[in-house]
Order: sequence, then structure tokens, then C-alpha cells
Amino acid sequence: MINGADIMVKCLQAEGVDTVFGYPGAAICPFYDSLYDSDIQHILVRQEQNAAHAASGYARAKMRPGVCIATSGPGATNLITGIATAYMDSIPLIAITGQVRSDLLGRDVFQEADITGACEPFTKHSYLVSKTEDLPRVFKEAFHIASTGRPGPVLIDIPIDIQQNEIEEFVYPEDVNIKGYKPNTKGHQIQVKRAVELIQKAKRPIIVSGGGVLSSGAKLKLQKFAENTQIPVLSTMMGIGVMPSDHPLYLGMLGSHGRRCANKALHTTDLAIVCGARLGDRAIAAPDQMSERTKIIHIDIDPAEIGKNVKVDIPIVGDMNNVLKKLTEEIGDYKIPEDWDVQVKDLKAHYQSKISTFDGFVEPRTLIGKLSSMLKAKAILCADVGQNQIWCANNFRIREGRFFTTGGMGTMGYSIPAAIGAKLGLKKRDVVVVCGDGSFQMSLNELSTIKQYGLNIKIIVMRNYRLGMVRELQDMHYDKRHSATILNEEPDIVALAKAYGIDSVEVSSNEDAEKYIGKIVENDQPFVLVCRVHPDTPSIL
Amino acid sequence: MKYTLSILVENQAGVLSKISGLFSRRGFNIDSLAVGITGDPTVSRITIVANGDEYVEEQLEKQLNKLIPVIKVKRLIEGEFISRELSLIKVHCPAAKRFEVIKIAELMQAKVVDVAATTITLEYCETVEKAATLIDLLRPYGIREIVRTGTVAIEKGKAEIV
Repeated sequence: MINGADIMVKCLQAEGVDTVFGYPGAAICPFYDSLYDSDIQHILVRQEQNAAHAASGYARAKMRPGVCIATSGPGATNLITGIATAYMDSIPLIAITGQVRSDLLGRDVFQEADITGACEPFTKHSYLVSKTEDLPRVFKEAFHIASTGRPGPVLIDIPIDIQQNEIEEFVYPEDVNIKGYKPNTKGHQIQVKRAVELIQKAKRPIIVSGGGVLSSGAKLKLQKFAENTQIPVLSTMMGIGVMPSDHPLYLGMLGSHGRRCANKALHTTDLAIVCGARLGDRAIAAPDQMSERTKIIHIDIDPAEIGKNVKVDIPIVGDMNNVLKKLTEEIGDYKIPEDWDVQVKDLKAHYQSKISTFDGFVEPRTLIGKLSSMLKAKAILCADVGQNQIWCANNFRIREGRFFTTGGMGTMGYSIPAAIGAKLGLKKRDVVVVCGDGSFQMSLNELSTIKQYGLNIKIIVMRNYRLGMVRELQDMHYDKRHSATILNEEPDIVALAKAYGIDSVEVSSNEDAEKYIGKIVENDQPFVLVCRVHPDTPSIL
Repeated sequence: MKYTLSILVENQAGVLSKISGLFSRRGFNIDSLAVGITGDPTVSRITIVANGDEYVEEQLEKQLNKLIPVIKVKRLIEGEFISRELSLIKVHCPAAKRFEVIKIAELMQAKVVDVAATTITLEYCETVEKAATLIDLLRPYGIREIVRTGTVAIEKGKAEIV
């Protein structure tokens, strides 16, 4: 005989899960009791939302579903923001929640919340398990759904009696058969042919690359396609890292907070090849104008994204790997028109940024640019949300590393827990957090987790005593009325970090900042580097 | 533009809330929604009549297809399917008017299912358009209550949803 909780652990093991992130509570206790004897490492975060973010960082690093766990009621509802973030950013996540006894469901007993109902809009799928026998099938399906097609979070809500009940034996299903879930990954050959014809006719083609290229693992295929054809590449925020930042064909991030040369190229092009990008409002502010100006080929694994935001000339539904492979084969030795090549090079040269500095403060954009070269080539940068995100997106020079941030949901407090997940997923990589003093204070409790598990994560806090991004918005659109964006009377962050047992220092010049970064990247201890940034430092160049 | 969607879904708890939630969340308008099990007891069939332009229709179809328990979504082509809606209509009807109301019912081929001192209840199984005609004819007598099932639809001839 085997109980539900043991089955849950066995299911995770069958899926090759070695690390999970969570926070226990009464309704999930049977599972935690089983976990206690297993070889799965459990990372105790300090608030459930961060379990989901950490699982997201882990998932992105390992390219496989991250697992987060919470108890019923408040534990589960605290997960929601993390689940919603993963949903918007298409990150594969398995969220496991305890639930009250199944015969008490709907009676509003202690710590009961309808979490499957609450998460309905934010999950790719969810299960409220009603029989212990169903657990293996549910786990098998959940991992399959989370990691195939367009990745996303799947919630499994398990009443405590289902965890306690015993069944005869544990058998993990070998495959899944879900009638209504058969993602199309092939990429239609005729559509590919039509796309190639359009590319060959185009005078000024560009590639717009999104997070889908990274999550499908098609980064190198895209690079090869771009290099073969010499088509220049822009990326969305989620697509940063698809090309090395200094690649001659890469023009940077597009959109309202993007690089001018990228946006200029987007305005000049007559054919945009959109790869695994939603083209949300931050990337394309006026989608109608864009589709009037230029022809669009849209490649995505999710058919519902095609034509949602922008009118498309040629849709291709499929896995980016398959489609890029077919495109590369079909297009042969095509090269872009020479005058476009020249124009692109001019664009890149013309829009070089000039950065103004403030004496007695750190210039964050210059520092982040510098930081890139001080880290190992495969470093992972976790940027939070706010001005710090834009500074990182536009100035971190990615080589072979990764850039983790929440581009879709824009959840403040994402970076520290995501870095915890990333570090546990890829222990040998440099993992660096860049956040603001606002976002730092949304998840600073996780310093405790970093300390407990001895994680070598360097945190750079850009401190301007402001909620800088909103303040900037107020400067531009609200007559400089700084309503609720001034963070006076902030704690001493250096002392705070030290209270958590993590070394920290505050600097107010790039010279000092670089000096400390040079020192701290050499050791394996966590560190909090607080950089004083002038409040008038703008987000974009 | 009005259109009719026929949807096969897995017959399990919460499916209807997933579908109805999608409508409110994405701002789709529906005229009617009817659901019942099919020949296969593990599968239910939902008929939705909705309103919107082509963009909305395409999005609706795609978003429905994204829901895991949704097995198949098919847009039925105008003129190529039979649709029916069952209505129960309770009309204010004192004895003096009874003959008139029954005459209307006969004319429209509605069935009288209940008669009381001051009311008469008709059962009507027809298209939405014909139901509208009947209701218009009955309105002058005073309609007390109407209950409608929502439209169900099936394709003509050999065509099947799967």
C-alpha cells in the first residue's frame, strides 16, 4: 500500500525533479512528511509568491518545469502573482497546493480557498484532484502540458485526505493522451514556402525575436538563419539574449523602452519576420500602423497569438526549431539586398547613445555595460522591474549568458527569487541581480533564503530613493506631481543585508562600484552592492 | 455578425466555468449557450451563439481551442445546419381569451402544456427567429414568464463535428 503523499513524491522523481521551492502548512503536511525522506531538495522560501518566482528562475535556467508548493488558503493565494507572472511570460511551472479535506470543500473551513477557480485566468490548466488513484495521471499530464506547446503554469490542488488515502500500488503512466491537447509543432511546409517567397521579394527584411525562441531552445538556429541571410535582428524584452548583444546583426530591444536604432529599423522595414513574440503593447505601440506599413510573417507555437495583436500576412504555427530549420533549408543561399545591409550598419552607428552623468552618483547604464565584461561569458543577469529593468535590457552586453526578467507581467520583486532558482538550476554560473530600492524591498526577505542555502548571488541595488519608473511617468504625464513615489526614511540597506549575515557596501561612484564588483565576483559569497543613483537618471538613453 | 459554434468538451467538473470565464475575461458577447452530454458519456457538446466581427470570432475560436478540456471547436456554416431552441412561455389568459391564444398556438405549431384559470403555458421547439415571432404574437395578451434553453444545432446531412 502507498499513500497519496508518497505517490506525489514518486511522481516528481519520475519527472526527474531534483529541486522544489515551497512553504509548508497544515493542508500540505502529508506531502512534506513524505518529502522529508526523499532525495529531492526542498528550498524553503520566505513567502509563497517567491516560491513561484524561484521555480520560474529555475525553469528558465534548466529549460524544464519548475516546481513550487504551498499550503491551502493564504499559501495558495500568495502563489497567484507568481503563477500569473509565469503565465504571462510563458514559463513552465508546476504549482502544487494543499487543500482542505475533500468532504469539507465549499464549506469555508479554516484556510480554504478556491484556488483552481482563482487561478483559472492565469494557468494553462489546473486540476483539483478528487481521487488518490488519479495522482499519477494528473502529474504526468501536468508536466506534459506545462512543458510542451507554449509553456505555462499548471496548478495541481490536492485535498489533504487525497494525500493521506492509500492505494494498492504506484504506477507512473508512460505516456499521456489528452484529447483536447495536441500542439502543432511541425510548421506547415506550404506556409514556409510562401514565407520564403516573401522574404526573397522584400527589400528591407528584419527579424523580431521574442521569448519563444529562447524557451524552445532555438537560439542558435535563429542566429544561424540570421547569419546566413544577413537579416538584422531585433528582440523584445523576453527575447533578450537570443543574439549576443555585440553581434553585428543585432540592433537591440524594440519598443517604448527600447533602442532607437531598433525602433528605427522597425519603422523602415517592409517585412517583419516575427519569431515567438506576442508583439504586446510595450513592443509595438501602434499595431495597426505597423501592419499597414509592412508585411508580417508570424511564427508561433500558439495559434491564438497569431493575428491577436497585429494583422499577419503569413502565419506559421509550429515549434521554432522545426520552422527555422525548414526556413533555412528552403531559403538556400539568399542574402539581403546590399543597400539594406548598408542602411542597417548606418542605423547602428548613427544611434550611438550619449550618457550624461551626475557627480557623486553611480551612472547605472554605464555600470551595467561594464558589469557585463566583468562576469563570465555565461552569466545570468536577473533584472527586476522598473528603471533598473530598462537599464539592464538596453545596456547589459550578453555573450553566451541569459537575461531573466518579467517582460509580460512586470512583477516587482521578481529578480531575487528568480536568481535563487537560477542559481540552484545552474550552480556554476555567475548569477547577478539588478534591482531598484523599491523592488528590493518587495522580496528582501529572501536574503534569508540566500543565506540559509549559501547561494552565491550578487545583488546590485540601484538606490535612488524613488519608485523611479512611476516617477518618470509622473514627470512626463502628471505635471511632475510625485504622488506616492518618494521613498524617504528608507532603512539602511547595508545594515539590513548584514543583519541577514550577508556582506554589503554602499557606493556612490562607478569607480568604487567597479572596484567592489571586481572583488566580489572572485569569491563565492553572496553580496549586496548598494549603488546611489541620481533620481533624475532617465530610463532610456 | 451572428455565428454558431459547436464545441466538444470533456465531460468533467469545471469545464463550463472555464468556457464562460473566457467570455467575460476576453470581452466576448454570447447570445446563448447550451450544454448536454453526447452519445459518448465522457464528452459533452456545447452550442454557443455569439455576436462579433470576424476578428472576435477568430479569437474566440482560438482561445476556446487553447482550453485543455476542449476537444473540438467547429463554426457551423449558415444554411448548412439545423438549429432549435425549446421555449416555455406562460401567457396571461383569462377564459375569454383562451380560444384566441390556442388559435395562435395552433397556427405556429406550439403545444399547449398547461392551462389554468388565468394563464396558459405553451411549449415551443423551433428556431430562435420563429420563437421571436410567436413571442411577438403573444405579447399583447401579457407574457408572464419565458424560459428558453438556448440554441442547439446540428449539421445537415452526413456532416459530423469530428
